[in-house]
Amino acid sequence: MKVTLKIKRFNPEKDEKPWWAEYTVEAEPTDRLLDALNAIKWYQDGTLSFRRSCMHGVCGSDAMLINGSNALACKVLLKNLGENIKVEPMRGFRVARDLMVDLEPFFDKYKQVKPYFITHSVTPEKERQQSPAERERFDDTTKCILCGACTTSCPSFWANPEYIGPAAIVNAHRFVFDSRDEGREERLEILNHRDGVWRCRTIFNCVEACPRGINVTRAIGEVKKALMFRKL
Amino acid sequence: MYQRYDAVIVGAGGAGLMAALNLSAQARVAVVSKLYPVRSHTGAAQGGIGAALGNLEEDHWEWHMFDTVKGGDYLADQDAVEILCREAIETVYELEHWGLPFSRTPEGKIAQRPFGGHTRDYGKAPVRRSCYAADRTGHMILQTLYQQCIKNEVHFYDEFHLLDLLIENGRTAGVVAMSLATGELYTFHAKAVLFATGGCGRIYRVSSNALALTGDGMAVALRRGIPLEDMEFFQFHPTGIYKLGILLSEAARGEGGILRNKDGERFMERYAPSLLDLAPRDMVSRAIYRELEEGRGIGGKDYVHLDLRQLGREVLDTKLPDITDFVRTYMGIEPATELIPIQPTAHYAMGGIPTDVEGRVVVDEKNTPLPGFYAAGECACVSVHGANRLGTNSLVDILVFGRRGARHAAKFVRENDWAPLPAKADERAQQLVAERMGAQGDEHQGTIRDLLRDEMMAKASVFRDASRLALMREKLRETRARYSEIKLEDRGARYNTELLELIELGGMIDIAETLVEGALARQESRGAHSREDFPKRNDAQWLKHSLAYKTPEGIQLRYKPVTITKFEPKERKY
Repeated sequence: MKVTLKIKRFNPEKDEKPWWAEYTVEAEPTDRLLDALNAIKWYQDGTLSFRRSCMHGVCGSDAMLINGSNALACKVLLKNLGENIKVEPMRGFRVARDLMVDLEPFFDKYKQVKPYFITHSVTPEKERQQSPAERERFDDTTKCILCGACTTSCPSFWANPEYIGPAAIVNAHRFVFDSRDEGREERLEILNHRDGVWRCRTIFNCVEACPRGINVTRAIGEVKKALMFRKL
Repeated sequence: MYQRYDAVIVGAGGAGLMAALNLSAQARVAVVSKLYPVRSHTGAAQGGIGAALGNLEEDHWEWHMFDTVKGGDYLADQDAVEILCREAIETVYELEHWGLPFSRTPEGKIAQRPFGGHTRDYGKAPVRRSCYAADRTGHMILQTLYQQCIKNEVHFYDEFHLLDLLIENGRTAGVVAMSLATGELYTFHAKAVLFATGGCGRIYRVSSNALALTGDGMAVALRRGIPLEDMEFFQFHPTGIYKLGILLSEAARGEGGILRNKDGERFMERYAPSLLDLAPRDMVSRAIYRELEEGRGIGGKDYVHLDLRQLGREVLDTKLPDITDFVRTYMGIEPATELIPIQPTAHYAMGGIPTDVEGRVVVDEKNTPLPGFYAAGECACVSVHGANRLGTNSLVDILVFGRRGARHAAKFVRENDWAPLPAKADERAQQLVAERMGAQGDEHQGTIRDLLRDEMMAKASVFRDASRLALMREKLRETRARYSEIKLEDRGARYNTELLELIELGGMIDIAETLVEGALARQESRGAHSREDFPKRNDAQWLKHSLAYKTPEGIQLRYKPVTITKFEPKERKY
């Protein structure tokens, strides 16, 4: 099939403002959008810039705005996008070049929630015990690959760049609900402010955007609930 | 830009992050990585990490050691394998202590499952040794290590591309890397440098490897006169998704998946009567190629089927959720009810930068270290995998030897001062960039990359022989010539990914050359190196490691002995 890609381009080195480039690619319907982007870069226009690595949806490099929705370019097939495809960088972060955004603020927010295991008790010789049910409790949020698709699909984040954003909350959730972790209180406290978990307006864009199928809004809700119960 | 550190680690996958964690408390360390650390390919590892915990049945590190040596067709250095299998156990517990969310047994212990080539009691039957977190074990390892690095405030240079290794008077002096964001060259002056740059699986058309796996560290070392060891041994994983090469973990067979040909026959019964579908990867990949050659591929095409139907939806969704998702997403196939088209996919370089068991890079037949230079993980060759790596052992390797390299480097930086930087330290890197920026020919980069990958797939993959390898040697000459005719369109400094891809491609051509020369010279079949014109293993002549040096006259090969301690070489049957 022939597909036409309209791609939003911007190179701060030479462009005053963003512009649209159009490319036509011959491709299989089962090809990934990333295959089409690579075909452009390798055979038509080497200046087109985007991040990519694993090509099967686990490294999180190629989140972008595709036909108006956030997704990984390597996890959407052309047959599901139609013959005219519009590709833009994720919203809400500074565009570094073309489809690449500046991810530093994204990782800064992630780091704020102390996204690491905290324990004060004595480390056992072998493994800490955890039942399959306890392990299942936080399974969903262990899947996060930090691609940024959820945070940059969130209207609350667009309106308030100070909002810590769904990705950071997901990663806090992963520890808050881990039976082995002892940092629950300090993490909840970090999220217990206006630009923390309470900025979420339950819009569900993040759930749709997540390429790992994480129920992000539910995770945020569970963190809110944990805070409310703590208050009582 | 000039930066000075005690130690610089290049690469932020499992080996690099493990090294960073073990070094950062004792020394000033920088981690330089071309990707954000969480994008590293360790995150794509699926099925598990091997360690004889014995959580579900009796197991011993000695059994693990035997399996690794036999799986590697007796080419592995057994002193190193012993360390690998002993230290695997404490390493898995350490990961758990850092919070890694392993899947659990009903009693709450780390869950374990069978994997190819892992057996109990020296080969009697499959054993549950692979410690896993669903089919996302690598993802969990990468995340856990990165989390710990944040906790320990490790200093990262993300999206910095390695260009050169600095050596002055026989000592390591640092590295030169380019910032993707600005195009600036950074000279990192360091007492110790540890390469953890990963593999080079993108030299093949059908590959499970990320696009980033272009062997940068190997190529940089090779150009600085350091040999690459055992490069002729390249593993093809039996179950890649047809055409795409996306990995479907061996855990799928560990959980009960079966390979079938066009007649529905479980053909592994004919090739490995005792381990069947859980035979080591080199054997299963060859069996698939044989089936295809003999006309038992599906519908006359070059694939066979992986049958997961008997596992049931619950096992698929809980124990293999990611690969189930891959099959649904990319193939539009429901693995609970349909057969999955698979073909062998380029997966892992057993070879790499030679090191000793302390992670020190050694540069000759006598294992002479280059002071201050370390390597760990897939870019290195200890050698623990010999001629064929067992599944789950790469995750053990990156952690055990990432840590050992870091510990030795910590001692090294305590005891030594900085080697003086060479005059004009970044001159060579500047020249490389200037040359590539000036690429003004009329070839597309894609054409040359495809040429390399297609030809390597056709002539130097699972089965090899002298005539195809000789043709490949010619093709590499052509590739090299046409490489210099590539046109670079992007002349910008900032985020010039086209330039970096061009530099990567140059490195891949060098690496492919070491592989082809090593394979041509090795007139035997051992592990993943299978010569149709020399179908038998030949210990009398070839029980030795190759060392490939890049010289102005081409690749020069030398050899060094294999260390054998506990297990004398025997015929390898399963």
